[in-house]
Amino acid sequence: MTTMSKTDMQHLIAKRVAAELEGPCVVNLGIGIPTLVAEYMNAADIYMHTENGLLGVTDVEEVDIDPNLVNAGKLPVGEAIGASYFNSSDSFAMIRGGHVDVAILGALQVDQTGVIANWAVPGKNIMGVGGAMDLLVGAKKVFVTMSHTSKDGSSKLLKKCIYPITSTRSVDMIFTELAVFEVVDKQLRLVELMPGVTIEEVKAKTEADFLS
Amino acid sequence: MSKVTSDIQDALSCVESGHTVLVGGFGLIGAPLSLIEGLTEKDVKDLTIVSNNLGESGKGLGILLNQNKIKKGIGSYFTSNRDVGDKYQKGEIELELLPQGTLAEALRAGGAGLGGFYTTTGAGTDLAIGKEEREIDGITYIFEKAIRADVALIRAHKADTLGNLIYYKTARNFNPLMATAAKRVIVEVDEIVEPGALNPEEIVTPFLYVDTIIQAQQVLTKEGVVNR
Repeated sequence: MTTMSKTDMQHLIAKRVAAELEGPCVVNLGIGIPTLVAEYMNAADIYMHTENGLLGVTDVEEVDIDPNLVNAGKLPVGEAIGASYFNSSDSFAMIRGGHVDVAILGALQVDQTGVIANWAVPGKNIMGVGGAMDLLVGAKKVFVTMSHTSKDGSSKLLKKCIYPITSTRSVDMIFTELAVFEVVDKQLRLVELMPGVTIEEVKAKTEADFLS
Repeated sequence: MSKVTSDIQDALSCVESGHTVLVGGFGLIGAPLSLIEGLTEKDVKDLTIVSNNLGESGKGLGILLNQNKIKKGIGSYFTSNRDVGDKYQKGEIELELLPQGTLAEALRAGGAGLGGFYTTTGAGTDLAIGKEEREIDGITYIFEKAIRADVALIRAHKADTLGNLIYYKTARNFNPLMATAAKRVIVEVDEIVEPGALNPEEIVTPFLYVDTIIQAQQVLTKEGVVNR
């Protein structure tokens, strides 16, 4: 059985997703594990979009931090060569209009057709949705990063989402610390086991049906 | 008559109880901090505030919230201020949650004289409940109504005295949209210049949208919000 720290797990997933990206492309990174993906992208022609209004996001040195230059997680970022700023309506037109190649998002649950839940938990007040629903309907490809199981060990890949869904659209790929899945014709298909992981472990920790 | 004033309460004189007020910003970034503070000092109530967030706990719009001046919030991410959840739980505030892109487009539509628009965003989810569905070319869309308001409080980088505006980096966000969607538009800026000083090719908000201009008295710095 695999045991690793939460940070190691997040970096493992982020590194694997980054390997999936091929330039030239425009990528939107969500909060959490997706933010870490930037650390592992090395192609010069992968451009990052942030929905609060910047195409051409880079990291920033502490000394260069500008409080009015942030990403969607309100973290300080830098401005790449060739960057542009735009208002929120233009930014979401880019997203809904299919002009962003890949959105990398976190999820709370994924069902076996690739539909995800990532914005609300039942029994709590629903207080925020942000850009999650727009990215789901609009990005050409959606990649999901998440831990394979919840804190209590239960599978996050379910037959059906229990939490409210974010969109009826199926995502394209799912990356966990145990495996990589793709979604083809509304079915999950195992494409890769992470290092040291066995198919038996994945089967034991996955409620959703999947092809292997 | 000059659009420029140095008196915050003078600038806010058009805001009345019961008004719908657009407030720019993505959290505190690009929020009209001086005008928001002015609103906390003004005797108004029952406001409907349209803003991505309702500030942070005890900051920005968070102060107005704690003064019970907000009857309803329309936004996309109230999670950033835990007080909003508490007020909602006690039934002290109404909330309308919209996807961020829908909020932005509803403002654009409002400013452009449209009644609303059909979007795929949210279709088939809990946020589509009660909204009209329509199939167009085999795709399911939901109808979202445009947003128009009595007053917009926005933040820009520079204004000329006519009211032409340019913005600064990601502090732009909802501000240019809100500038178009209210009967009265009040802007606070870092710098006020003479007409002709801004390059016409670079002006983002043309002057016809803007009614009142004031120099920002509070600015967001690396160290937080400071008085200038």
